[in-house]
Amino acid sequence: MLRYVLRRLLTAIPTLFLIVTLSFFLLRVAPGGPFSQERGLSPEVRANLERVYQLDAPLWRQYLSYLGNLLHGDFGPSYNLPDFTVADLFRVGLPVSVQLGASALVLALILGSILGIVAALRQNRGVDYAVVALATAGSTIPTFVIAPLYQLVFALTLAWVPVAGWGGGALVNKIGPALTLALPQIAIVARLMRGAMIEALRANHIRTARALGLGSWSVVVKHALRGALLPIISYAGPAAAALLTGSVVVETVFAIPGVGRYFVDAALNRDYTLVMGTVVVIAVFVIMFNLIVDLLYALVDPRVRYD
Amino acid sequence: MSRFRSLLIATLLLGTAALPAAAESIYNRGNSADPESLDPHKTSTVYEAHILRDVFEGLVMQNATSDLIPGVAESWTVSPDGKTYTFKLRPDAVWSNGDPVTAEDFVYSFRRLEDPATGAEYASMLYVIKNGEEVNTGKAKPEELGIRAVDAKTFEVTLKSPTPYFLEMLTHQAAYPVNKASIEKFGADWIKPGNLVSNGAFTLTEFIPNDHIKLVKNPKFHAAGEVKLDVVNYIPTEDRSTAIKRYEAGELDSNDDLPTEQLADLKKKFGDQVKLGPYLGTYYYAIKTDKAPWNNPKLRRAISLIIDRDFLAEKVWQNSMLPAYSMVPPGIDGYTPAEADYAKTSQFDREDEAKKILTDLGYGPGKPLKLEIRYNTSENHKNTAVAIQEQLKPFGIEVSLINTDTKTHYGHLEQKGDYDYARGGWIADYKDPESFLGISRKASGNNYSNFDNAGFETLMDEAAAAGADPAARMKKLAEAEKVLVDELGNMPLLYYSYHEIVSPKLKGWEPNVMAVHPSRFISK
Repeated sequence: MLRYVLRRLLTAIPTLFLIVTLSFFLLRVAPGGPFSQERGLSPEVRANLERVYQLDAPLWRQYLSYLGNLLHGDFGPSYNLPDFTVADLFRVGLPVSVQLGASALVLALILGSILGIVAALRQNRGVDYAVVALATAGSTIPTFVIAPLYQLVFALTLAWVPVAGWGGGALVNKIGPALTLALPQIAIVARLMRGAMIEALRANHIRTARALGLGSWSVVVKHALRGALLPIISYAGPAAAALLTGSVVVETVFAIPGVGRYFVDAALNRDYTLVMGTVVVIAVFVIMFNLIVDLLYALVDPRVRYD
Repeated sequence: MSRFRSLLIATLLLGTAALPAAAESIYNRGNSADPESLDPHKTSTVYEAHILRDVFEGLVMQNATSDLIPGVAESWTVSPDGKTYTFKLRPDAVWSNGDPVTAEDFVYSFRRLEDPATGAEYASMLYVIKNGEEVNTGKAKPEELGIRAVDAKTFEVTLKSPTPYFLEMLTHQAAYPVNKASIEKFGADWIKPGNLVSNGAFTLTEFIPNDHIKLVKNPKFHAAGEVKLDVVNYIPTEDRSTAIKRYEAGELDSNDDLPTEQLADLKKKFGDQVKLGPYLGTYYYAIKTDKAPWNNPKLRRAISLIIDRDFLAEKVWQNSMLPAYSMVPPGIDGYTPAEADYAKTSQFDREDEAKKILTDLGYGPGKPLKLEIRYNTSENHKNTAVAIQEQLKPFGIEVSLINTDTKTHYGHLEQKGDYDYARGGWIADYKDPESFLGISRKASGNNYSNFDNAGFETLMDEAAAAGADPAARMKKLAEAEKVLVDELGNMPLLYYSYHEIVSPKLKGWEPNVMAVHPSRFISK
C-alpha cells in the first residue's frame, strides 16, 4: 500500500510539470497582456513595467526562471495585485474556500446519501418521485439564481442572515454560500446514490443475504451500501477538488474573499503568475483527491488491492 | 476599603474607556473593486483614488465638491513665465509616525515616480516636469528631475513649459508623497497594514483582499479636529446587485455604482438616495483613420450622423449616460466643449445628409459597406454595438461585431491591430480638456484611431504655448477639439454620468463631476 502511494506521488511530479509547462505557454498565446487596459500606457511606461516584472526577457528564459522559482515554492508576485504575492493571496483565500467547500461537501454527502437511500428503498413511490424531482431541480437551477434568491428571502425579507460578506468567518455569513454550493451537489449525490442503491439491492449477494435471513437493516447498511458507495466515492474525489478550491459565482455574489474568483479574474486580467498559481493548486488538489479515491476503493471494495 | 476604592476606580475607568468605542462613527463604503495596489505610484484606477485620497495628502487636494484646496502645501506661487511653482509646506504636516512631512519627502516621491525602476503607470502624467520623460526613459538620472527642496518646508518644481493644469494634476494620487524611511525599511511590504506610514486623514489598519480595507482616523493629521468619522471600511462590491441588497440591509452606507439596468426601479424605490449626474468621462468609438475606407472623413461623418445617441442613452443605458457630440464632456470651468455641427439638428436631417454622403461615395445596393465593431465584454457594450448595428442596417451598412475580453481588446488596439471601429472610454484624471484631447495626439499611447492631423497638432501645440493665459489656451483647445470632432478622429457617443447610492445618514456627500468624495468631509 505504502509503495503504491509513493509510486503515485512520484508519477504526480511529471504530471504537474507537464501541466505547468502547457499552461505557461498557452497563457502567453492569449492576446493582450497584464498591462493592456482602457487607459493605454505610453510605450516608455510599458517598457519600464515589463522590465520591472521581467516580461521583457525571452519567453524561454521567463519559463526557466518561473520553473526555478516554483521549485523553491515561490509563485512570484501577482501582476495585477502587486501588493501581494500569489502565495499571500492563497494564504488568505484558500482557508476561506476550503471551509466553505468542505461544509458543502459534508452536507452533500450526508444529505445526498440519505435522500438517495430513502428513494431507492421506496422506489417508484411518492418519496422516490419527490427526491428525483428535487434532485433534478437542484442540479438544474443555477447557483446564480439560487444565491440572489437566498439573499432576498433570508437576508432582506426575514433579516435572519447578512446579505453578503465574510464577516471574519462568522457562522451566519457562511450559511448562504455553503448551502448554495451544496445544493447542486446534494442533488447529484442523491441521484447517484439512488441509482447505485437500486442496482446493489438487486445484486446476487444481497438476494443471498436476504435468503439467509439477515435483517433488512443489516442488508442495506452492511452489504448493499458498501457496494453502492463506489460510484459516490468516484464522484466525490473530483467534486471535492472543485469545491475546496472555490466557486467564482458563489464567491462573487456573496462577496466571499476566497480563491475561486482568481481562476476567472486572473485569466481575464492576464495575471500570468496568479493563473499559474491557481493551476498548480487545482492540479495538486485533483491529484491528491484522485489518490484518496483510489485508496478508498481498496478500503470499501475487497476486490481492489494495491500490492 | 482601599480595595473597594480601587475596584470602583477600575470600574469607572473601564466604563469611560468603553464609551468612545460605543459612539464610534463607522462608514461602510462600497467601492466597485479592490485596489490593485495601495502604493500611490503603482495605481491607476478611480477605485484606488478613493482610498488613497483618504490615506495620503498631496501638495494640493480636492474638497467635497472636487475643487482644489491646499493640502500639504499651505500656499504656492507661480513664476511670471508660468514654469516654476514654489510650494510653502504647512508647518504642522506630519507623517502618521510623527515625523514632519518635508520638501525632501516630495523630492524623494517625485523621483521615485519617474524612476524607471519603479515601473509607475502614471509616470507619464508628470512628464510636464522638466526632465520628467528623460528620467523615466533612462536618459537622465532621477537627480536631474526639475524639482528641489529649497529648505525643509519649501518645495520647488520647474516645468518643461507652462502647464495651467499642473495643480489639478497634483491632486492625482501619483503625486502623493510616500515615506522614504518605511520604504527603505520594509521594501515591497511598506504598504502592508502595520507598516504603512502615511500622511492623510486616515491610516490603514486592515486589508483583506476581496473582503475589506479598514481605515481609522489619523489623530496626527493636521485637520484631525474636522474629521468626523472614526473608521472607514472600504468594501469591494464587484457584484452590483448584491451591493444594492447590502445597502438595503444596512451593510453598506453607500456604493459608487448601481446596476444601471435596474435604474428606473431603483429610483422609484430609493428616491433621492440614488445620485445621478454628469461625470467627466466619454464613451466613444475609435476609428482606424489610416485605413481605407475609414480614412475618408466624409464617410466617418456619415456613420456618425446615422447613430441615434438619444436612443443609446435612453434605451440601452436607461439614461445612466448622456448623448455626446464632443470629446470633452461639459463641466470643466472656463471651457465650452466644441460639439459636432449636427448636435442640434434632428435625427431625420442627419440621416438625410448621411444618405447623400453614402450615395455620393458610391455606396448602395451594388456596393455595400462592411463595418466591423470591436468591443470588450460587457452587456452594455454589447447592447450599444447591437443598437448601432441595427441603426446602420437600413443604410445598407453591414455591421459585424467582435467581442473579446478586455485585455484582448486593448491589447489589439495597443498593437495597432487591424479593425474598423472599436469601443473606448476615457475618464478624466484631472479637470482639464487636455486630459480628453491629448489622447488623440499623434504620439499618444491612447491614440487608438491613429489620428494624425497637422491642424489638430498645431492647435494643441499653440494651446500649450498659450499656457500662461488661461482664456487664450481654452480657446485654442476648443479650436483643436473642433478639428477633432469635425474630422471624427474619434466618434464620441455618450458622456458618462456618476450613478451612486448614498444613505441619508451620510452628511457631507456633495455631487460633483469628478465623483470625488473624500471621507474626511463626510460624517454619519
